[in-house]
Amino acid sequence: MEAIAIISIFVLAVFVGFEVVSKVSSTLHTPLMSGANAIHGVILVGAIIVADHAETSLELGLSVAAIVLATINMVGGFVVTDRMLEMFKGKGAGDKK
Amino acid sequence: MSPFLYDLIGLVAGVCFILALKGLSHPRTARRGNLLGAAGAGIATILVFFRSENEGRNLAWIIGAIVLGVIVGVPAARKVQMTAMPQLVALFNGVGGGAAALVAIVEYMKLGDSASFAVVLATVFTVVVGCVSFSGSIITFLKLQELMTTAPVVFPGGRVVIAGTLGGVIGVSGWVMAEMGTTPLLILAALSLLFGVLFVLPVGGADVPIVISLLNAFTGLTVAASGYVLDATLLIIAGTLVGASGTILTRLMAEAMGRSLFGTLFGAFTAKAQSGGGAADTRPVKSGTPDDVAILLNYARRVVIVPGFGLAVAQAQHTVRELADLLTAKGIDVAYGIHPVAGRMPGHMNVLLAEANVPYEQLSEMDEVNPTFPQTDVALIIGANDVVNPAAKTTPGCPIYGMPILDVSLAGNVIFLKRSMRPGFAGIENELLYDPKTTLLFGDAKASLTKVVSALKVL
Repeated sequence: MEAIAIISIFVLAVFVGFEVVSKVSSTLHTPLMSGANAIHGVILVGAIIVADHAETSLELGLSVAAIVLATINMVGGFVVTDRMLEMFKGKGAGDKK
Repeated sequence: MSPFLYDLIGLVAGVCFILALKGLSHPRTARRGNLLGAAGAGIATILVFFRSENEGRNLAWIIGAIVLGVIVGVPAARKVQMTAMPQLVALFNGVGGGAAALVAIVEYMKLGDSASFAVVLATVFTVVVGCVSFSGSIITFLKLQELMTTAPVVFPGGRVVIAGTLGGVIGVSGWVMAEMGTTPLLILAALSLLFGVLFVLPVGGADVPIVISLLNAFTGLTVAASGYVLDATLLIIAGTLVGASGTILTRLMAEAMGRSLFGTLFGAFTAKAQSGGGAADTRPVKSGTPDDVAILLNYARRVVIVPGFGLAVAQAQHTVRELADLLTAKGIDVAYGIHPVAGRMPGHMNVLLAEANVPYEQLSEMDEVNPTFPQTDVALIIGANDVVNPAAKTTPGCPIYGMPILDVSLAGNVIFLKRSMRPGFAGIENELLYDPKTTLLFGDAKASLTKVVSALKVL
């Protein structure tokens, strides 16, 4: 991909990232951190790509380890975030800026 | 699948992540936001199997590894006590950083000399930051799990060692870029792991959440960089989103705790050994019985309950609600004063109390509750210490100096339910314990509360 396209994606994503979380009450800091944490588990995609073209057993071993770690990050992250947020369910937790 | 369709579906996953972060910023949409994020991650994971460049090798290994990850991750996330949740998040973040570093290392081995300078630069970045995030998160885990001391770890010459390690990381990074070889890259990984440990060790217990949040943002950036290495647009988008939002979140957290981000980050270079609040601990304290506490509460008009981590550890959320209900039934005004970092992380205590069905309206944030302390007859502090420690206002140089606290000393009476005289998570003495208007009730929070509740019932 062209360098300018990549830089554009990067810069725009930075601004979107800043914008979406700029106002959040401290109540939600922990779930938000945990949810963002789960999202970067998408490195699993990268781990699968390198495993797919791994040739030596060293490459395969390392990429399989990466897949295991990334899956734990992603799946565990979303599950634990959901458990946290479940607690707020139906408590009229809205309206807090 | 055609590259166009592949990228288009990838974009859908990217949009899911943006909506997920947006949703997670508001209480009402938070849960849906998280599910959208999971959907995006699911789409991305399935999609990658249909990539046109795939060689279709090692499929059994890949599936097996995913299954193994699910088998480890899901039960851990489901079974963890809510009290231990912050360290689990730290651990998940660490393994994510480790995964990113491994991906970059494998890709580098593969590319060898054909890698462009920009790709090598991104690889170096991913390996360094991913390894720092991995080992740093492990240390935060050990601190939160109290498997190691929660006080800042500072050793003589520490600054020199840290600066030296950082210098080494930078030097070896240059070596990797100049020489191109797997060996220097592995040395770089090892040095970065060491730096991650040294970087987090001097951070005091109270600042650990900020560091976790920061490492989370770091991991996001490594994912973005590895997306560049692998030419995977979705990774660039997702990683950058997490990096940017994580940075903002870290700043918000630091503000909520009244900490300077700079001070926290460079604590490694500025930390000195702390003697804490000073005061000799031989002075007498006034310790009371459950009956004394019950009487104080019974004749109060307004009671503010300040829950801390000790309450959570004792699993006393339900008992405290029982006590609050009892007091409310007697016509006493009851509120919970929630410090932004009550528990181990911002918002942690709200989660724990919500679990015990405490009405949301009774939970007051610090700014709301502080002006009401002069009209409060009893401040009941359950298993909290640092968040009410006046040293944060009076003792410049102590680790929590500058952190906003709940002004419980303005209340008519102060009751501490504590296990022992042991200082709080930040490891400093609390002057308030020796105040004449303070009554201490020692013991496990749940056992103490149960006794107070039964004493109240017979009054």
